[in-house]
Amino acid sequence: MDLNIHTTQPLLSIRGLHKSFGSNKVLDNVNLDLFKGENKVILGRSGSGKSVLIKCIIGLLPIDEGSIQILGQPIPEFGTPDWNLVRKNVGFLFQSNALYDSMTVYENLAFPLRRLKRTLSSKDQSLLMQEALREVGLEHTGNMMPAELSGGMKKRIALARTIILKPQIILYDEPTTGLDPITSKEIMSLITSIQKTHGTASLIISHDMNVVRECSDSVVMLINGTCYAEDSYSNLLHSKDELIVPYFN
Amino acid sequence: MKLPVWKQFLNEAGGVAQFVFQFFRELGRSRFEGEAFLMQCYTIGYRSLPLIGLTGFIMGLVLTMQLRPSMVDYGVASQLPAIVAIAIIREVGPVITALIFAGKIGSSIGAELGSMKVTEQIDAMEVSGTKPFNYLVVSRVLASTLMLPVLVLLSDAISLYGSYIGVNVHSSTSSQLFWNQVFENLSFYDVLPAYFKSYLFGFAVGIIGSYKGFNCEKGTQGVGISANAAVVVSSVLVFVIDLIVVQITDVFSLL
Repeated sequence: MDLNIHTTQPLLSIRGLHKSFGSNKVLDNVNLDLFKGENKVILGRSGSGKSVLIKCIIGLLPIDEGSIQILGQPIPEFGTPDWNLVRKNVGFLFQSNALYDSMTVYENLAFPLRRLKRTLSSKDQSLLMQEALREVGLEHTGNMMPAELSGGMKKRIALARTIILKPQIILYDEPTTGLDPITSKEIMSLITSIQKTHGTASLIISHDMNVVRECSDSVVMLINGTCYAEDSYSNLLHSKDELIVPYFN
Repeated sequence: MKLPVWKQFLNEAGGVAQFVFQFFRELGRSRFEGEAFLMQCYTIGYRSLPLIGLTGFIMGLVLTMQLRPSMVDYGVASQLPAIVAIAIIREVGPVITALIFAGKIGSSIGAELGSMKVTEQIDAMEVSGTKPFNYLVVSRVLASTLMLPVLVLLSDAISLYGSYIGVNVHSSTSSQLFWNQVFENLSFYDVLPAYFKSYLFGFAVGIIGSYKGFNCEKGTQGVGISANAAVVVSSVLVFVIDLIVVQITDVFSLL
């Protein structure tokens, strides 16, 4: 699969996506485009299907109907090894950080490198790990275990693990949930600085209005499983739509 | 809606059967995770040794001391080493070791995988280009299948040593006499079925622990439930497998 793409094409394109769990329809005809260097926030209430949407994008959940194209290519069949090629180019920051408890920070960072970039020498791996840690400002934590880190440090290490493969798209699942306001601000500024430094496209799932205000180029309102509206933060802020107003008050 | 008990049982049995099938499929076609396997052998095998050794020693000592009065009453006290050896090698050693193994390893696998599931670490492995089933389950089940027979052998040896000390509590028996009596009364027919069934016990403990952990639900509460269920189900399975293997070896002994 050739993953080179012209910059005017969306890096991520979703058309007519449907996803149900039994009789519970979670996503209903979702359409979305994400372009290079764009930070798009998906805003919606808890249970509106935001996390399901990004899990469908990264291949953790199969889709029922519709199409997803990543870097111009349709996503592979669910559960096949072809997904590894996609995952080299798509990073995922988990809401719970998902750091491996039994591994040190270095081992956590090395894990995706060893799996998805097998040809890298250990010296190159080490350089990439140092670079990723420097980027999140935690160079000194390499030999620490996740249990020894604070909540904010864990989030930053998880972010370092996400960017270590230098993905073109990063999916953030509630990046500031459970963090204090100061740490949240640090994470938000890291998200924007990663976008500026690497030119990555980011899809951010959040219901934190600070994230929406600080990190978004555009905001998608996910209401009742469908993309109800898409616009800039400032335009949505002044919207009179009764379904949108409660989010911005 | 809560399912009736028999339907829950069938659901669970079907789930385990599917899990076993997936294990053999992944074992056959996926890249072997050598590093993870060796790490699990160390954790499951080597680190269980002190507990298995201690319980084995106590088991041999206590069994000998408990049997001694009856043997004296029947006038066959001289046969004590032989009787204890047969009991330990054939039944008590493998079953007790497997039960302790189920308590230590079954619960640890259930809790570890369960906690990885609820904290999204299993999803993170998938996103990092790793097949979690192959990396986490296959390595653990293989390690527990191969390590339990080794632990049973060591436990048997330590139990017999405990028995030697037990014999010498109330009488004086030379080491040579004790071991001669033990080995003269043991045959391959005693050792082989016991050794064979310990592979099955190890497989059952590994697969049930992994199944319960991998299918953990309900957040952190679910982790406790998984660990507990892993111990209970694998302990029951140890007895069921024991019953089946004893029936089979009984049939062969009649032929």
